[in-house]
Amino acid sequence: MRKLLPFPLLSLFLWLTWLLLNGFSWGHGLLGLMLAVVLPLGTRPFWPNVPHLRNFPKLVRFVLVVHWDILTANLAVARLILGSPRKLRPAFVELPLELEDDFAITLLASTISLTPGTVSADVSEDRRTLLIHALDMDDEAELVAQIKQRYERPLKEIFEC
Amino acid sequence: MLEIALPIGFGLIVVALVLNLYRLLRGPTLPDRALALDTMYINAIALIVLYGIANNSKLYFEAGMLIALIGFVSTVAVAKYMTRGDIIE
Amino acid sequence: MDTLVEFLVSAAILVGGVFALVGSFGLARLPDFYLRLHGPTKASTLGVGGTIFASLLFFSWQEQSLRLQELLIVLFLFITAPVSAHMLAKAAMHRQLRRREDTRGRPWKQ
Repeated sequence: MRKLLPFPLLSLFLWLTWLLLNGFSWGHGLLGLMLAVVLPLGTRPFWPNVPHLRNFPKLVRFVLVVHWDILTANLAVARLILGSPRKLRPAFVELPLELEDDFAITLLASTISLTPGTVSADVSEDRRTLLIHALDMDDEAELVAQIKQRYERPLKEIFEC
Repeated sequence: MLEIALPIGFGLIVVALVLNLYRLLRGPTLPDRALALDTMYINAIALIVLYGIANNSKLYFEAGMLIALIGFVSTVAVAKYMTRGDIIE
Repeated sequence: MDTLVEFLVSAAILVGGVFALVGSFGLARLPDFYLRLHGPTKASTLGVGGTIFASLLFFSWQEQSLRLQELLIVLFLFITAPVSAHMLAKAAMHRQLRRREDTRGRPWKQ
């Protein structure tokens, strides 16, 4: 089973994508199923080592939290953009990483880019620091602590790395 | 209600596109222009989806999807070119 | 058309349009590249999200069945927007673009 489906979640995702694109019917269900098995097998060498998902309920919770934050982040950023640009306090911040897995770091960086006033700009070569640009930063320690508590810790628990 | 909301929506997005065009022409640097193009394709998707609602046709969804795919790839290619001077190493 | 659905569709269109406009306004107005990067990555993505939600609701209501195809666009944008922002930020740092004088911290050498 592991040989046939190296990435079960990816296969499920591919299958659902196929059904969404082509409509739900038996024929497309079957064709999508075939593709969902064949594509991960064919592209296997290109995939980085995806860590094992340990905690599915936590992942759902994390996704919901991030979506809520995207909504509030947009309101906050809209207010900052419409306000006076003179009042902005931009900053580059270095975030020390506790995550060790590439995939988890990617998720964290993407989350940071989508949420309040921050864009992740670079990862250091040794994967230990993340460079973040903040649109309007009050206090560096506070921002780092907030990101760590709200996003990094759940990710660490989800992937246990 | 929709007859009023649709034109307003079109208007908002067209103004957004004009602002992107301003940044695209003005620059002043290459990454700025790339960012302007990136925003432009995202706004174009919104415009196409709205057009689909206005024309009551579902075909436009696929055009939006294609623009999303191609726009992303081209932004990454341009950004990569600016950092490395090469797209495929 | 059912008034409630029509109201929701109209509201989603307006919210989406306003966010798209705010993002582009930020792009046109803010003083340096790193600041401009913030507008499009967030606001414009939500702008598309709003219009897509409107379209989803509109066609689902019209066909009286759930229609989720458009969600693919939003999903794709949510995955790709941070990546393109990241690549552009790297390019900007590589070219050592001017940043506003009061920016704290420093970008890395590429």
